[in-house]
Amino acid sequence: MTTQPSYLDYTGNGTGLKAWLTSTDHKRVGLLYLYSMISFFLVAVGIGVVMRLVQLYPFQHLVKAQTYNALFTLHGVIMIFLFVVPGLPAIFGNFFLPILIGAKDVAFPRLNLASWYFFMAGAILAILSLFTGGGAPDTGWTFYAPFSLKTGTNISLAVFGAFVLGFSSMLTGINFIVTIHRLRAPGMTFFRMPLMAWALYSTSWIQLLATPILAITLVLVILERFFGIGIFDPAKGGDPLLYQHLFWIYSHPAVYIMILPGMGAISEILPTFCKRPIFGYKAIAFSSMSIAGVGSLVWAHHMFTSGMSEFANMVFSLLTMIVAVPSAIKVFNWVSTLYKGSIDFQPPLLFALTFIFLFCIGGLTGVMQGALAINVHIHDTYFIVGHFHYVMFGGTGFALFAALLYWFPKMFGKMYSKRAIYASWLPLFVGFNMLYFGMLILGMMGMPRRYYVHLPQFHWMHVFATVGSWLLVLGLLMYFGTLLYAIFRGKKADANPWGGVSLEWTIPSPPPLENFETIPTITTGPYHFAEEEK
Amino acid sequence: MDWMTQASTSAAKSDAVFFYTFGLSLAFLIFITALMIYFVVRYNKKRHPKAEQIEGHVGLEILWTSVPLVLFLTIFYYGWTNFEYMRQAPRDAMGVKVTARQWSWAFEYPNGKKSKVLFAPIGRPMKLEVRSADVVHGFFVPSFRLKIDAVPSHANTTWFEPTRLGSYDIQCTVICGVDHALMLSKVIVVPEDEFKTWYFGGEDAPEPGKSLRAEAHPDLPKKPMGEELLRVKGCLACHSVDGKPMVGPTLKGLYGKQQEVITQGQTRTITVNEAYLREAIEQPGQTIVKGYPPAMPVMPMREQEVKDAVDYIKTLK
Repeated sequence: MTTQPSYLDYTGNGTGLKAWLTSTDHKRVGLLYLYSMISFFLVAVGIGVVMRLVQLYPFQHLVKAQTYNALFTLHGVIMIFLFVVPGLPAIFGNFFLPILIGAKDVAFPRLNLASWYFFMAGAILAILSLFTGGGAPDTGWTFYAPFSLKTGTNISLAVFGAFVLGFSSMLTGINFIVTIHRLRAPGMTFFRMPLMAWALYSTSWIQLLATPILAITLVLVILERFFGIGIFDPAKGGDPLLYQHLFWIYSHPAVYIMILPGMGAISEILPTFCKRPIFGYKAIAFSSMSIAGVGSLVWAHHMFTSGMSEFANMVFSLLTMIVAVPSAIKVFNWVSTLYKGSIDFQPPLLFALTFIFLFCIGGLTGVMQGALAINVHIHDTYFIVGHFHYVMFGGTGFALFAALLYWFPKMFGKMYSKRAIYASWLPLFVGFNMLYFGMLILGMMGMPRRYYVHLPQFHWMHVFATVGSWLLVLGLLMYFGTLLYAIFRGKKADANPWGGVSLEWTIPSPPPLENFETIPTITTGPYHFAEEEK
Repeated sequence: MDWMTQASTSAAKSDAVFFYTFGLSLAFLIFITALMIYFVVRYNKKRHPKAEQIEGHVGLEILWTSVPLVLFLTIFYYGWTNFEYMRQAPRDAMGVKVTARQWSWAFEYPNGKKSKVLFAPIGRPMKLEVRSADVVHGFFVPSFRLKIDAVPSHANTTWFEPTRLGSYDIQCTVICGVDHALMLSKVIVVPEDEFKTWYFGGEDAPEPGKSLRAEAHPDLPKKPMGEELLRVKGCLACHSVDGKPMVGPTLKGLYGKQQEVITQGQTRTITVNEAYLREAIEQPGQTIVKGYPPAMPVMPMREQEVKDAVDYIKTLK
C-alpha cells in the first residue's frame, strides 16, 4: 500500500536513542512525551500512595510532618505541571493532530522538539529543587504568598522549573494554532475537522494567552524572594491576595487546558463505536470555545473565603454557574450519540463511558463549590481534593486511558489483550470511587486538606479511602502492564481495528513517516459512516 | 456519628443549599447513567445492526442548554442569598478579635480578656475579626459551616450564632508550614450565665464549660514532647541535638556547661542553668552565646511548653 517505512522503522537520522532525541517527526515527539509523562505520572502515583499510608497511621510513624508537606507539594506539582496540563495535547495532540487534519507534520517541527526539551528541562529543575538549597518545597502546588516567600525551602528553583515548563506549553500552543490554520488538507474546512482538533484548538488558545500570566507571577515570586521587591509580602506593603488572583487567572483556565483535550478524545471515540455521526457536532465545537472563553473569567471562585468583596464573590459565583452549561451540553450530546447507534462495545468505549460518569460527578461537585453558601463549608477541605480528582483523574485521566486504548493500535501497530484491559477496569473503577468519594465525604465532615495528621473522628473514612487507593494502584499496574506487554508481544493490529472513518484510520498502523502518501481531499464531515452502510 | 452536626444558625443555611444542589445532582447523575446503560444495551450491534445517521437536533440542543442554565442559576441564587446571611453579622453581635499565627489561634474579647480557645455563649451572635500575624491561614469551624481566611494584610470579618452547647473543632485550612495540621483549637459553646461569670470575673475566674472540655480534650492529637516539641517550635532549624554546630549552638551538653556569652556587648562566662535556658527562649536577644549571630526569633510558647523544652534540653548530655 505504501512505499514509505513506518515512522518507527525509519532510520534516516540514525538509530537508537539518538534517533529519538533528535527526531522532529511529530509522532516520535508524541511518543517522547508519552514515555516521559507516564513515568512522571507513576512517580506521582507512588507519592500519593505514601500519603494515603500516612493517613492510615497518623502522627509521623511513617514520615515527618515536613516530609509530608513536601510530598503533597511534589505530588501536585508533578501531576499538574508534568502530567495533566501537558498530557493529552502533548501526547495525542502531537501524534494525531496533523493526521486528523491531513497534514504531514505540525507547522514548526523543530520548535515542537524544542518544546519537549523545555518540558524536560523544567522537569529536571523541579527535581533538582528537591535536593538543593533549603530542600523540597512545602507550600503546596499553589505557592501561596507570603508563606512561599518566607519558607526556607527551595521555592525559587521549583518555581523556575514551572516557569520553564510554561514555555513548553506556550510553544506547543502556538504550534497547534498555526498548524490548524495553515496545514488543513484541501476541503478540510473548520467544520469538517474532527472534534479532537477543535478541542486542541481551544486549548491552544488558553495555553497561549493564560500561561504568560503564570510565568510573570512566578518571576515576581522569585524576585520577591531574592530582592524583597514587596509585591506580595504585606510586611513590605504588598498584597497576598494579588498573588492569589494572578495565580488563579492562569491556573483556573489551566483546568480547562486539562479537560478540553480529554473531551475532544471522547468525542472521537463515541462515533467510532456507535457507527454514526456525533450528536450535535457544532454544539460540541462551540461549547469547547465557550468553555475556553468563559472559563477565563471565573478564577476568583478559588477565593470566596479570602476576604474579597461580597460583590466580587457574587459575580464570580454567577459566572461559575454559567461555565457549567457548556459542559452539560457536551454530556447530553455524548449520551445522545449512543442513541440509535450500532454499538460495538470495546475497551475504549468502556473507558469513555466511565469518563462521562466520573466527569459528571466531578462537574456536579464543582457546581456545589460554585454555590457560595456551600463553598464556605467545603473550601480547602478534602471535598475539593475529591472534586478535582474526579475531574482531573476521573475526567482527564480516564479520557487519556480511553484515548490510549483507542489509538494504541495505530501508534504501535500492535493490539493489546482486551480481556486484560476489562479486568483492569474493575479495580480501577471501584478503587477510584472508594478513594475519591471517600474524600468527598471526609470534606463534608470537615477534614481540611494538606494535614499530615487528622482528628480521630475522620479516621474510619481515611482507612476506607486508603484501601481504595490500593485497588486503584492495582488497576493502574494491570492497565499499564497490559499495554507494555502488548508493545513487545502484542498481535499485529490492522490499519483500522475499530472501523473508524476519520483520517488516521485510512493510513497503515503504525503510520508511515510522512503520514499520507498523497494528501487526501476532504469532501465530508469527520464522522461520515453513511457509505459503509451501502 | 457526629458528622454534619449543625451547631450554628449558618449551618442550616449552608446545608439547605447543599441538599438542594445534591438532590438535583443525584437526579442528573442517575438519569445520565441509566440512559447510557440503556442505550448501550438497547442499541448493541447485535440488536441494532444498522446505525441511524442522526446529525443532531436543534430543539434538543436548546432544551438542554436552557434547562441546566435555569437550574444552575437557581443554585447560584440560593447559594448567594444564604451566603449573605452567613456573612452579615447582626448589629448586636459581640466582636472578638482572632489572631492566627504559625501555629496557634488567639482570641481577644472586647473587654481585653484573652483566651486560647473561643468561649461563646449559646444563642448570642458573635462577630469575628480575623487577622494573621504572619502568613495566610484559614479559620474553619466545620460544625458551624464557618470559614474565613486569616490574611496578614487586612482583617476579614465573619460571624456565627451557636445553637448547641458543646465543644467544636477549629482547624486551619490554608497550608502555613510544618505544623499546619496541629493548628487546632476549639469553640466552646456554654450557657450564657456561665459565660458571664468568666467574662466579667477577674484574671482567675474559672474557665466556663469545664464539663464540655473534659469530653473535648481527648480529641486533640497528643501534644508533642521532647525533640518533637523543639521541631514543632522550629528550634531544630538552627540548633542540633547531636553536637553539630548549625546557625545556633548545639543543644547537646549545653546544660551545666561553662559558656562564654555576650550580654549587651559584655563578654562573660556563665554556667548554663535552667534560668539561662528559660531566658534564652523567652528573650532570645538578651544573652548570646559567643561566636553566634543574634538571629533567634521569639517563638510564642505556652508556659508548659517552655518548661517541657527546658526539661528536654537538660537531658541532652
